[in-house]
Amino acid sequence: MFDRLNFPQPWLSVTLFVVWQFLSNDISGASVVMGLILAWLIPQLTQGFWPERPTLSRPWRMPGYLLRVLVDIVVASITVARLILSGRTPKPVFVSYPLELEQPMAITILASTISLTPGTVSADVSDDQRILLIHTLDASNEQDVIDAIKQRYEKPLLEMFQ
Amino acid sequence: MSALTEYTITALLLIGGAFTLVGAIGLARLPDFYTRLHGPTKATTLGVGAIILASVVYFSFQGEGIGITEILITAFLFLTAPISANIMAKAAMHLGVDVMDGTRGSPWEQ
Repeated sequence: MFDRLNFPQPWLSVTLFVVWQFLSNDISGASVVMGLILAWLIPQLTQGFWPERPTLSRPWRMPGYLLRVLVDIVVASITVARLILSGRTPKPVFVSYPLELEQPMAITILASTISLTPGTVSADVSDDQRILLIHTLDASNEQDVIDAIKQRYEKPLLEMFQ
Repeated sequence: MSALTEYTITALLLIGGAFTLVGAIGLARLPDFYTRLHGPTKATTLGVGAIILASVVYFSFQGEGIGITEILITAFLFLTAPISANIMAKAAMHLGVDVMDGTRGSPWEQ
C-alpha cells in the first residue's frame, strides 16, 4: 500500500502545495493537510499525461523570457487595438512554422506564448511535432512572422531546454 | 491612500476597461471566425492584466498585504487562455469553417 505514497514529480508537488497555501486565506492546519493531499494526488492522477519528464537545463533564464513576453504582450496589444479601431480590413495568413524544439513541454510553452501575444494564435501542431500552424491576424509577409518568432521566442526556449 | 495611488488605480482600471472594450469591438467587427478568435482571447491578456494590477495596488495600500491571490488569478488566466483559443481553432478547422477572402495559406484538414 505504501509504495503508492511517492512523489513522481517533486517540483510539481512543491508548486501545488505552495499555490494551495496562497489560495487559502491563511496558513492553518487544515490548509497544510489539504495542500499535502493535493500535492500527492494531482501528480498521481496526471502521471499518464507526462510521457517523458521535461528537463530544464537553464531554468534561471525563465524570468527574463517571461519579462520579454510581458513587454511583447503590451506592445502587440496596442498594435491590434489600433488595427481594430482603424476599421481597415486585416490581412490574415495561416503560417506553417517549422519547429526546432523537440520536447513536448517546450513546444507547449512556445505555442502558448504565440497565442498569448496578440495577433497570433497557434492553431495546431502536426502529428510528428515538426510544424506548428499559426493563424496571424495581420501580416504582409509570412517569413517575417516566422523570423520574429524564431528570434524572440524559440531561440531562448532552445537554450533553456536543450 | 495618497492621490498618486488613486490616480494609478484609476489609470489602470481605464486602460484595462479600454482594452477589454476593444476586444469586444473586434469580436463584433472582424470578418471571420479565425480573426475573431484574436479579439476576446487577447482582451483577457492585457485588459484583465491591467484590472488585476489595479486590484493589487488597491489592496496593498489598504494594508492587507500584497494581493498574491490576484497574481495567481493572472497566472491561471495566462495558462488557460491559449488552450481555449487552441481548442476553438482546432474545432473550427474540424468543422471546416469558412475563412475570409484574402486569407493566404489554408487551415489543415482534420
